[in-house]
Amino acid sequence: MTKIKSLADLRKMKEEVQSKIKLRENSDNSGQLVQIKVGMATCGIASGAKDTMKFFIEELEQEAIDAVVTQTGCMGFCYAEPTVEVILPNKEPVIFGHVGKEKVHEIVDAYIKRGELVDGIIPVNFKTIDD
Amino acid sequence: MRTLSEHILDIAQNSTRAGAKMIEIIVEESKKKDLCSLTISDNGCGMDEETLKQATNPFFTSRTTRKVGLGLPLLKQKAEDAGGSFSLKSEPGKGTKLRAEFQLSNIDRPPMGDIWDTLYLLFLSYRDIQLVYRHVTANGEFSISTSELNEALGDVSWQEKEIRNGIIELIKANLGEIGAAK
Repeated sequence: MTKIKSLADLRKMKEEVQSKIKLRENSDNSGQLVQIKVGMATCGIASGAKDTMKFFIEELEQEAIDAVVTQTGCMGFCYAEPTVEVILPNKEPVIFGHVGKEKVHEIVDAYIKRGELVDGIIPVNFKTIDD
Repeated sequence: MRTLSEHILDIAQNSTRAGAKMIEIIVEESKKKDLCSLTISDNGCGMDEETLKQATNPFFTSRTTRKVGLGLPLLKQKAEDAGGSFSLKSEPGKGTKLRAEFQLSNIDRPPMGDIWDTLYLLFLSYRDIQLVYRHVTANGEFSISTSELNEALGDVSWQEKEIRNGIIELIKANLGEIGAAK
């Protein structure tokens, strides 16, 4: 592949691969997609949230899972950074703490693909049977 | 927070949280003046005088989720440690402008880091905000913005592998061309 050095090169590359790739997910159908929000405030960045976000993008791509990966602010669990909020379609959001490379793999493999809960969940939005 | 890239990512978050629709990040290097400066301006909600005074106090934050706010104080400390300076100007309703200067040759100047990854993640996450990055060295300048990328890439998902690698390669190649500091 030729080197991309200008916006024109980028456009050319896009036209070559356009038929193979997806369009931008618009917000109308985002409820039907897996959503990943990586906590990216000072505390998150200092603990490596940037790499965590990259790992998620790569891992989801490898597993061919349709998902939107984005950033969010501090969720208040600075002791457990990097923290990640995962929203599966029609499910309650779940927040995971201490998400490094290994954990990313575990979350994608067990929680997102098979719906099994994995260790490291921060219980914030749980409901008791009395609710 | 080992690199300037991480600080840029962090400060840009402040701007997005202030509701900015435009964020401009400028890095200027001058071997002649032995200076490396970082300027970030936005058109967010800005801060009043009282808040501005408190902004670099590590025990002040506008958040309610925690009691400390380390982003700005850490950057200020880094700049001052590296023989530079730090200033913050803001006007309510207009926006905020931050400037951090570092002595280029100073051993305590934070390395630039992987700015291409940082910018990619910012472009990807805030596609509705006009983000401009400009890098100036003695050999020339490089700039890239959300609107330029939107125009070149149209409606495709930027999360796609080819697009991701393309954006990162574009930034990397051009910064290499102008001999940007590591």
